[in-house]
Amino acid sequence: MLPSLVKRQTPSKAMIYLSPLLAIFLTLIASILLFLIMNVSPLAALYAFFIEPLSTVYGLSELMVKATPLILIGVALSLGFRAGVWNIGAEGQLILGGIFGGATALFFYDKTGFYIVPLILLAGVTGGLLWAAIVAFLRTKFNANEILTSLMLSYVATLLLNLLMHGPLKDPDGFNFPESRLFSESAILPILYDGTRLHLGALIAIVAVGLGWILLSRTLLGYQIKVMGDAPAAGEHAGFSHSKIIWTTLLLGGGAAGLAGAIEVSGPIGQLLPTISPGYGFTAIIVAYVGRLHPVGVLFAALLLALTYLGGETAQINLKLPIAVTGVFQGLLLFFLLASDVLIHYRVSWGTKLATKLDAKQEATE
Amino acid sequence: MEILIAAILTIITAATPLLFAALGDLVTEKSGVLNLGLEGMMIMGAIIGFFTVHHTDSVFIAIVSSMIAGALTAAIFALLVLKFHASQVPTGLALTIFGIGLSALIGQSMIGVAYTGIPKIAIPFLSSIPVIGDIFFNQDALVYLSIFMVFAVMWFLNKTRAGLILRAVGDSHDAAHAMGYSVIKIRFLAILFGGAMAGVGGAYLSLAYSPLWVEGMTAGRGWIALALVVFASWRAGRVFMGAYLFGGISILQLHAQALGIGVPSQIMSMLPYLATIVVLVIISQDKSKIKLNSPASLGKPFHASR
Repeated sequence: MLPSLVKRQTPSKAMIYLSPLLAIFLTLIASILLFLIMNVSPLAALYAFFIEPLSTVYGLSELMVKATPLILIGVALSLGFRAGVWNIGAEGQLILGGIFGGATALFFYDKTGFYIVPLILLAGVTGGLLWAAIVAFLRTKFNANEILTSLMLSYVATLLLNLLMHGPLKDPDGFNFPESRLFSESAILPILYDGTRLHLGALIAIVAVGLGWILLSRTLLGYQIKVMGDAPAAGEHAGFSHSKIIWTTLLLGGGAAGLAGAIEVSGPIGQLLPTISPGYGFTAIIVAYVGRLHPVGVLFAALLLALTYLGGETAQINLKLPIAVTGVFQGLLLFFLLASDVLIHYRVSWGTKLATKLDAKQEATE
Repeated sequence: MEILIAAILTIITAATPLLFAALGDLVTEKSGVLNLGLEGMMIMGAIIGFFTVHHTDSVFIAIVSSMIAGALTAAIFALLVLKFHASQVPTGLALTIFGIGLSALIGQSMIGVAYTGIPKIAIPFLSSIPVIGDIFFNQDALVYLSIFMVFAVMWFLNKTRAGLILRAVGDSHDAAHAMGYSVIKIRFLAILFGGAMAGVGGAYLSLAYSPLWVEGMTAGRGWIALALVVFASWRAGRVFMGAYLFGGISILQLHAQALGIGVPSQIMSMLPYLATIVVLVIISQDKSKIKLNSPASLGKPFHASR
């Protein structure tokens, strides 16, 4: 009496929303096992990971600080993933946004004015757009696989930032440390709530969720994205341009990631460093999936994954757990989600093999 | 001459990990499966290989463990894709994220641990030939194994019945299924093979290329290996050429300094990634050629309806 999978006649609507919850549950079980193997009290570890960071106002504000880049990138990536455009290089686009935004901040180092922050954000968007445009150009013009090119460009971006940190953007009075000057007051994003690091970027991220939702459900472009992802042949028959979708989704992803990069450097970081992101661009891929490739879902998923970053830091301080646990968590969550998603299109049958076969046959003839 | 020999020797060490990973991926892709988790499987092989050699002092056990580690990591992918019908692209990405995280976790105790590197095996008489002796006959066991695997994979895919069936599964899983072959079983084995090869490729990095453990030390080589398979038009011989070409590019940074070329090291480090993009652009331009060479069912899900 082994369980077997039988294809559903129509995808289960309920499972689309239940599957992430199932995945979170399974991740918790797996992490308890992981903590037991690592000889850490699971109760203490789970408390450090999921309860303690949320028990203070400061913790909640930090959650939003970490979720901000994930929301921005996750919303944009989910549009691309829906259309079957695999921009895996958001990390690189984020870094370029950080470089452009940071360079702008340093350029206006001795100036004051309300115009500086908007310019930084605009520069960040431009940086991300440029980096993604390379991918879109190579994909549409030369048919080069966007997964590989966008990823390769991420490595190039990391090295580029490192190069600039050892050269032109280095703090002239910084004793040769590979860090830029601290940005001036006018180049720092306004704080929304005193005593925390919650900054303007959080609002921008919320707006992005709204814009993403409108784009997806209320515009022709959103419709084209959905059709191109679900039925490319039908889309082309309807006269939708494939290369237009590729360009648009990649530029949206690049722009959003670039914006996130500029927000990071002029928000929580406040200067340029050789590393400006703990892998937000990659985690945003998980965010997009856990959020069901929907802007509102992305918002919740980003908060969840932000919690894994925050919890990882708490567990590192309190329990001396290595920070790498966060990466394992994130990978496990995506695994379990992908596995749980099978229940959207299939149902589990506990019947005997023969009964299952009959079931399948009946469904095939219906 | 000295510099040239030194250069060729470093090319070999830089090419070997790519060669292992790309050969394994070639077989996986030939069965119709696109596993983007190559990077994750490589890094698992790297840490498990290093961990094992540190604790057992046996290179042989370390290599076997790294293969098992790669294959086990691949098994997660196989399970999700073949049994749970998960789509291949996000599952592969998840595998990479997971592998990088888990290897960092396992590697906590290995940071700063030194290892002498795996020994070279000098083939008697032949290794004493000037110039070519050092290059061809005084390498470590894994280099010999990697070259052997080129021929083994070539022979398997083109000359054996099993290889023919594997290619059939990759070109048309429905037809292969109708003929009575178990698509799932064949793909499962192909994915495991790809994982084992990626694992040993990763182990080469931590045991020979730079014998120590650094978090994220594969540094995109898994992705470069994926690009190599496209570059090679899914042929083993060309995978070999590609791996050595990229090995050559990635050691330029080591020798540029020796030759006094004043380019920042970061720019030199960008070269393999930029070269990958250039190569992809050149090779992908001709859409029909890609279509002709790539396995027709590559990346497509399979579910036996009958």
